[in-house]
Amino acid sequence: MHKQRRRWEVIAEAAMEVLIRLCGVSAILFILSIFFFVFREGAGFLFGGFDPREFFGSIEWYPTSKTNVRYGALALIAGTASVSLLAMSIAVPFGIGAAIFISEFCGGRLREILKIIIELLAAIPSVVWGFIGLTVMNPIIMRLFDAPIGLNVLNGGIIVALMSSPIIVSISEDALKAVPDTYREAALALGATKWQLIYRVLLPAAKNGLLAAGLLGVGRAVGETMAVLMATGHSINIPHSVMDSVRTLTATIAAELGEAPVHSEHYQVLFIIGILLFSITFVINLTADLVVRGIRGR
Amino acid sequence: MSAGAVHSIETKNLNLWYGDFQALRNVNFRVRRGEITALIGPSGCGKTTLLRCFNRINERYGYVRTSGEIKILGQNIYAPDVSLIELRKTVGMVFQRPNPLPISVYENIVFGLRIHSPLFKWRKSVLDDIVEKALRDVFLWDELKDRLHVRATTLQLDQQQKLCIARLLPLKPEIILMDEPCSALDSEATLAVEELMLTLAGRYTVVIVTHNMAQARRVSHECAFMLMGELIEHTRTEDLFLTPKDPRTADYIEGRYG
Ligand SMILES: Nc1ncnc2c1ncn2[C@@H]1O[C@H](COP(=O)(O)OP(=O)(O)O)[C@@H](O)[C@H]1O
Ligand SMILES: [Mg+2]
Repeated sequence: MHKQRRRWEVIAEAAMEVLIRLCGVSAILFILSIFFFVFREGAGFLFGGFDPREFFGSIEWYPTSKTNVRYGALALIAGTASVSLLAMSIAVPFGIGAAIFISEFCGGRLREILKIIIELLAAIPSVVWGFIGLTVMNPIIMRLFDAPIGLNVLNGGIIVALMSSPIIVSISEDALKAVPDTYREAALALGATKWQLIYRVLLPAAKNGLLAAGLLGVGRAVGETMAVLMATGHSINIPHSVMDSVRTLTATIAAELGEAPVHSEHYQVLFIIGILLFSITFVINLTADLVVRGIRGR
Repeated sequence: MSAGAVHSIETKNLNLWYGDFQALRNVNFRVRRGEITALIGPSGCGKTTLLRCFNRINERYGYVRTSGEIKILGQNIYAPDVSLIELRKTVGMVFQRPNPLPISVYENIVFGLRIHSPLFKWRKSVLDDIVEKALRDVFLWDELKDRLHVRATTLQLDQQQKLCIARLLPLKPEIILMDEPCSALDSEATLAVEELMLTLAGRYTVVIVTHNMAQARRVSHECAFMLMGELIEHTRTEDLFLTPKDPRTADYIEGRYG
């Protein structure tokens, strides 16, 4: 009896182990197959007929033109870059500031409440943010700046800033929390003010974590689709000010893929944009990961 | 502040609570100027807590409450016009675990000067002299003079602890508080730090917390015994160890509290 039960336990344990291993392996498999799929869909045109100089250098995006087909993605790249840049210049200072406030200035109860709010902010779906951009931000921007339309870089940038703040706040807060308390006591006991403690000790000591937080925020901003599709005005354009409408790489895929005939050139170019986005976010996340690992390794 | 005052630190009916827990009870404690005073007592009796009152670093925790009076150099440090920054310049602190900042040896030593006069442009030669003087005072100059720009957190522990003493000196403190400064060090390094403390006496008033009675006997002029938040007995070190007045002190120095 006793012996039998042991055997049953051993089998169950082995089965569990196989199952867990399968889950782990399948995660890797999924990622590889997604990458493979995206690459395969774009590969035909990428290696036959694709003109990288046009793609990266021209703002002419006429994928459905009968007579003058052009696949210049420069304006789309500029759209993504401008929205991400504006979003980061809002979200990074705001996010790090909020993280400093949470980790250094508020105690028990308030800290927990703020962290829950930040998490809730992260849980709002992208399309809801886009909706806010359309129906709330749009009229506000029109009224404030007396602009004909409020769907532009400013709108998209603010929305994406709000969307990427939670990750920046929570990773920055982790980074600050990881700074040993003995450093704080050392500086305070030498007579440092709270402010001196922050900028002379905490920020330098946490700088890798803060950098990683910023990078992950950028990754989030570059990859964001639905909200920017709705909030940026959808006009292919290199912006000259934040009041210009733009269209991003992601929004272009979302808007056009449904209408592009499968395996047509247009369809394949959209997948090449996908490869580009994939590569950008991959490099950013990898860098962030290495930076974080660098901290732990020390 | 009267320059000739005998006592650098004076507490009257000092009580301290961590939330609901009372960690100090009616402590009346006086520290003679220019001497080394040791605080001994079993673990958890409030030695660290008392020490951390003297530079008010206890107040970091929002749930700490104190009552009573603490005078440092004749000044009530809870008076509303007292500047915490000036207080901490006057009263330096060395912690149980060496805690140099994660910057160079050099920058650790001038850190205090930089934060106390943030707008002043220090001449490099002036700072160099200050660093050399501070390191010489703690007998580190010969070991570290070629390594001033290495990260201080990579030094050996005893070097780190001496550096933590050295970085107080440029601020010209009156009082140096040390919380079990040797507990992370081996016996050889402990002796070296004790020797250093003896050279600091006279120039500075030193209060040292230790659970090591032999150390208290070796370095201190006066010694105070604490038990469960109370100051039981405080007198000249040789008297405390040879003729303790309170039976609880006697029990402790004979090792009956473990
Ligand atoms: N930050 C704190 N919060 C709550 N209780 C504390 C804190 N620091 C110390 N205590 C309590 O106060 C008492 C005295 O502690 P401490 O001063 O560290 O003793 P010692 O240094 O003599 O070992 C202990 O019972 C300890 O648990
Ligand atoms: Mg202690």
